[in-house]
Amino acid sequence: MTVAVLPSVASAFQELRSRALSRWRELWDSGKPVITVGTATCGRAAGAVGVLQAIRDELDSNGRDASVIEVGCMGHCYAEPLVTIAKPGYPPMAYGYVTPEIARRLVRDFVAGDDPCLEFALGALEQNDLIPSIYDLPRFNYEKHILLENCGRINPEDVDHYIAKGGYEALANVLGMQPQEIVEEVRRSGLRGRGGAGFPTGQKWEICRSSPSRAKYLICNGDEGDPGAFMDRAILESDPHSVLEGMLIAGYATGARRGYIYVRAEYPLAVCRVETALRQARHLGLLGRNILGSDFSFDIKLFQGSGAFVCGEETALIASIEGKPGVPHHRPPFPATKGLHGKPTVINNVKTLAYVPRIVKNGAPWFASMGTERSKGTAVFALAGKVINTGLTEVPMGTTLRQIIFEVGGGIPKGKRFKAVQIGGPSGGCLPESALDLPVDFDSLREAGAMMGSGGMVVLDEDDCMVEVARYFLEFTQRESCGKCTLCRLGTRHMLEILEDITRGRAQVEDLNTLAELAEDIKAGSLCGLGKTAPNPVLTTLRYFRDEYEAHIKEGRCPALMCLDLIAYYILPDKCERSCDACVGTCTVEAISENKKRIKVIDQEKCVKCGTCLDACPPQYNAVIKLSPPDRVPATG
Amino acid sequence: MPILQQIQGRLGYLPREAMLEVAEFLNIPEMDVYSVVTFYNQFRLNPPGKHSVRVCLGTACHMKGGYIILDAWKRRLGIDRGETTPDREFDLDTVACVGCCAMAPVTVIDDGVEGKTSPTRVDGILLSYQLQKDEKNKESQ
Repeated sequence: MTVAVLPSVASAFQELRSRALSRWRELWDSGKPVITVGTATCGRAAGAVGVLQAIRDELDSNGRDASVIEVGCMGHCYAEPLVTIAKPGYPPMAYGYVTPEIARRLVRDFVAGDDPCLEFALGALEQNDLIPSIYDLPRFNYEKHILLENCGRINPEDVDHYIAKGGYEALANVLGMQPQEIVEEVRRSGLRGRGGAGFPTGQKWEICRSSPSRAKYLICNGDEGDPGAFMDRAILESDPHSVLEGMLIAGYATGARRGYIYVRAEYPLAVCRVETALRQARHLGLLGRNILGSDFSFDIKLFQGSGAFVCGEETALIASIEGKPGVPHHRPPFPATKGLHGKPTVINNVKTLAYVPRIVKNGAPWFASMGTERSKGTAVFALAGKVINTGLTEVPMGTTLRQIIFEVGGGIPKGKRFKAVQIGGPSGGCLPESALDLPVDFDSLREAGAMMGSGGMVVLDEDDCMVEVARYFLEFTQRESCGKCTLCRLGTRHMLEILEDITRGRAQVEDLNTLAELAEDIKAGSLCGLGKTAPNPVLTTLRYFRDEYEAHIKEGRCPALMCLDLIAYYILPDKCERSCDACVGTCTVEAISENKKRIKVIDQEKCVKCGTCLDACPPQYNAVIKLSPPDRVPATG
Repeated sequence: MPILQQIQGRLGYLPREAMLEVAEFLNIPEMDVYSVVTFYNQFRLNPPGKHSVRVCLGTACHMKGGYIILDAWKRRLGIDRGETTPDREFDLDTVACVGCCAMAPVTVIDDGVEGKTSPTRVDGILLSYQLQKDEKNKESQ
C-alpha cells in the first residue's frame, strides 16, 4: 500500500497528535498514581459508581493526589467492579470484585502506603518479576485483542486518549489515498460483516463506491437487539472513537458524505458517550467540513432506536431512520444500490467499522493472517449464562467452542455438567457437547445449524431445559415479528402455542412433526432475517435434544427440572433438620410450615416454585429437592 | 409520532382522550394513531408510577431465573407487566436486554441497575423504598 499523506493534513494531524501525546505522558509520567475504574453499564450494575465515589473520598481524607479516570469495559465482567492502580515503582495492578470498602483499603494501603493488597488483586497488567500477571492466565493464550485493544484502558470521554494510542492516524493516512485503493485494501483483508450474515465488507463498499449517484449514505448499525449480546454496547461505551474513525474511512472510501449511527435507546450510556465523542471529534476538525484541512467533508448524526428487534434488519433500520414504522422490505434492491431515501447506502455493524482503522493502519495481510480460510480476523463473543468468567472475549476465528467456553470462560460453575451453548441469539441455535470441537467461523456455525449472529454466547448447563430455551426464543421472535409476512406472524404464534403446551405437559407426539413442518415453512415464507432464522432455536434443539421434548410429552417430566408446571419442590423428611428453619423464613409466600415432628413441609397449593427455599437450605442438610413430574411428591400425613 | 412523543413527554403516558384529539387534529382515523402507539415499545397507555421497575428477560437473565424474579415482583406489587400499582408508586414492565448479562438476573429500577436479583432481594428493595417513604412522611409532618 502506498501512502502519500497530504502535507496539510499531516501537519494538522501532527499537531493534534503531539498535544494528545503530551497530555497522555503527563498523565502516566507525572509521578502521580493513576487509578482507573470501569464504569461501563456492566461495571455500574455491579456498583462501580459507589466505588468511584469511595476512592475520591478516601483520597481526599488522606490528602493524597492521584489521577482518577473512568474507563470502559475490559471484558472481565465477572470481576466487576474493576479497578486498576498504576503507581510508580510498582507494576500496574488490576483489582476485581471491588466494593467501596475494598476501594478505601486500596487507597489507604497501596496509594497512600506501600502494600499492593495482593489479596484483592487479579494480577498485574504487565509482565514483571514481582507479581504474577493476569496475562499468565490460560485465557490469554487464546485471546487476541484487536477491537478490545483500548477498551478499559483509555477514557472513552477523552478523544486525546484515543489519539495518543494511535487513533485517527489511519484517517490521516487515508485522506491522501484514492477511495478505490482503500476499498481494495479492505477487500484484500477478507473482512466480513460482523452483524451476523458475514457479507464481504469490501464488496459492499465497492457496490456503493462505483454507483454514479451523488448522494450516498453510511449507516453504522448499533441496534444490538439480540438478548445476550453486548459487545457493541461495550465498544460504543469503551472506545467510541474507533467506530467514528471507521465510519469516516468508510465514508471517504464509498463516497458518502453523511453518516448515521443508530444506537438502541436501551443503551443510555452508549448514547451519551457517542454524543460526547461526536462533539469532541467535531471540535478537533475530525468531523464536519474539510476534515483535517482536506477537501473531504463528512458528518455523523446519532439516531436513537425506539425499541424494536426487527430494526436491526437493514431495510427495517432504514425505514426507521426515514421516520416510518420499522418494517423490512424485499431485497433486492439491496441498500448498497438503493437504500436510505432511495440512495446507495452502506450499512455496517459497529464491530465491522471498528476493524477498519486497524486494517488500514496495519495492512490487509496482517488482518488476513488471522483466522480461517474464509473467515479472517478475530471474533468478539459475549459470554454469559452458566459460565464462570462471564464477559467479553476476542479470539481469532477458528478457535474451538471448547477453548472459548472452558479455557477462556473457565468452564461451568458449581461443577455442573455442560449441556449446550446457544450462539447467535434468537436467530442462532443451540449446539450440544458433540459440537464443541467445532472451529468457530461464519461457515462452520451455519453448517451446524446455528449462526454467528452478533456473537452472543449463552452457556447452558444440566439445569437448563432445552424446550424452555426454544420456547423463550420463539416467544421473543413472535413478539418482535413486525407482522408483515403471514407465515412469520401466524406461524411463529402457532409454534409458540405448541411449545407452551409441551412445557406444560399437554402436547402430543405428533405435535413435534407439526413443529418441524412449520419451522421449514416459516423459513421459506419470510422476507427478512427475523423470520428466516426464527425457527433455528427450535430446529437445533429438536435435532440435538429430541429426547427432552419426548420426556415432556410422554412422561410429563422435565429432565432439567426447569418447567414450572412440571416440577414440584419437596423437602425430604429424613434430611430436614429439626432445629433449623432457614426455609420457613425465606419463603416468599409463607408456604412452608412445620409438622408435629418439626419437619418442614411445603404446601403445594401455596408454593409458587421460586426456588428460594432450595437456596436457603444449608448445604449440610440439602433437604429441598425438585421433583418431576409433580405427582411424585408423596402425600403428606 | 413527534406529537405523540411530546404528549408522552409531558404527561408520562398517552391517555385515550389525547389520542382521540390527535386523530381529530391530524384528520386521520383513530385506529391509525392507536396502531402507531402500539407498534413502538416506547409508548405507554397507562400512567407511570413514581418508580419504574424493569425486569430484564434477556437470554442470560431468563436462564438464570429472570421469570422467577418477574413473578416475585408481580406477586409483591399485585400487578401484571405493563401495569401500575393503584397508589402509583411503582410500574412494572420487562425489557429485552439491558446488556449486562454478566450480572444476570437484572432488574432496572428507575435509572439504577440491580444485578443478581433474587426473590428475597425483591422484598429487600421494596422495603428500602417503603422506609424512604416513611422517612419522608415523618419529615413532612
